Amino acid sequence: MTTPAEAPNSGGHTDGFPSQGPHPVAGTFPRSDAEVAARVKAMESILVEKNLIASDAIDYMSSVFENEVGPHLGAKATARAWVDPEFKLLLLADATAACHQIDIGGIQGEEMIVLENTEDVHNIVVCTLCSCYPWPVLGLPPNWYKYPAYRARTVRDPRGVMAEFGFDPGPDVEVKVWDSSAELRYWVLPRRPEGTEGWGEEELAALVTRDSLIGLTDVSVPE
Amino acid sequence: MDGIHDLGGRHGFGPIHHPDDEPVFHSDWEKTVLVMFPAMAMAGAFNLDEFRHGMEQIPPHDYITARYYEHWIDSMIHYGVDRGIFDADELERRIQHYRDNPDEQLPPSSKPEMVETLKGLIASGDDYHRPNDEPAKFATGDRVTVVDGPSLGHTRRAGYVRGRTGTIATLHGSYVYPDTNAMGEGEGSEYVYTVEFAGEELWGDEGANTTIYIDLWEPYLLPA
Repeated sequence: MTTPAEAPNSGGHTDGFPSQGPHPVAGTFPRSDAEVAARVKAMESILVEKNLIASDAIDYMSSVFENEVGPHLGAKATARAWVDPEFKLLLLADATAACHQIDIGGIQGEEMIVLENTEDVHNIVVCTLCSCYPWPVLGLPPNWYKYPAYRARTVRDPRGVMAEFGFDPGPDVEVKVWDSSAELRYWVLPRRPEGTEGWGEEELAALVTRDSLIGLTDVSVPE
Repeated sequence: MDGIHDLGGRHGFGPIHHPDDEPVFHSDWEKTVLVMFPAMAMAGAFNLDEFRHGMEQIPPHDYITARYYEHWIDSMIHYGVDRGIFDADELERRIQHYRDNPDEQLPPSSKPEMVETLKGLIASGDDYHRPNDEPAKFATGDRVTVVDGPSLGHTRRAGYVRGRTGTIATLHGSYVYPDTNAMGEGEGSEYVYTVEFAGEELWGDEGANTTIYIDLWEPYLLPA
């Protein structure tokens, strides 16, 4: 059995795709968290010595995505669209500009497109080739969004995927699947749930979940 | 390349494991890996398309089973070694050191100018538009067929739409072309379209009442 120590990541470029013989990228993956941590510390130590990274930069950026940028921002934009028809029009026409108005935007959401759910249409977003996801409104993607099952199944069996998240759009509703294969980033404007007439933006935003903004579920009022 | 990463429509992966309480970072090392992406990109180790192509070349069984950020690590090491940022032997020596001394932490380090750069990057991101003097070949409503056949390098021409016919839904403008940008052949500039496919065109009866939209670069498309 090959151990990670015997399989350093030293492969060079290949012409065309790899076939038989050594793989150009990596060898055997490290499996334990400790092994991965050792690998990352080794990389970081070299990058620090070359003045290409520092721990304060790591702390800063990771803290932004741990504490500041996340699904609450998509929820905020959604609630605004539900109460402000002009904002909703702009959100659907130019989501990037609309979000900019409420200080939402940036990396991995340079050009965002919002898909409106209606009585007749339900939208769902996936990236079959990698992990493209609208960071400014949803933060970093959860693992299941990046792992094979979701990426393989969503373009082919979106209703089955939604069922696993406890949602059925109904047999007559057209399901639209959006595979974000370029640098456009898609997210869903869910339908405003019934029984929320007169609610304020903050109350409404509290109803909106990450999964509803990806299109796996709808938004409902807790009973 | 026609690798395992091209997952759309493949069978056999089973149910989706989606815990409600998943943390943003599962381990501290994931935070470091996240920030190594812009750090190494700014150092010229790779561009976005090369980075993706590196992940695609991970052996299929590892690609399927590894943690997500392990994909990043391996692409980073691949290009880091290739571009001279990492010396492979030195890297391996240090990995062994941290294996043998798992409790040893790196001392804190500071690079205030990088924090400032990251602030700007997080707020503004990157711009992948590129000028294009040629007019776009297709317009909304045009029927198009996706170029069939294998990919020998990097491409975003997903397998499940190759050879299939759909309709141009939107023309978005001209962008960096991944197929050349990932292969050291220049950024290029090609129009990107959202193309609409009827579910039945892709999946037969299974696709009833479903429409699939995917963004495709102009060279992937032929008039239908």
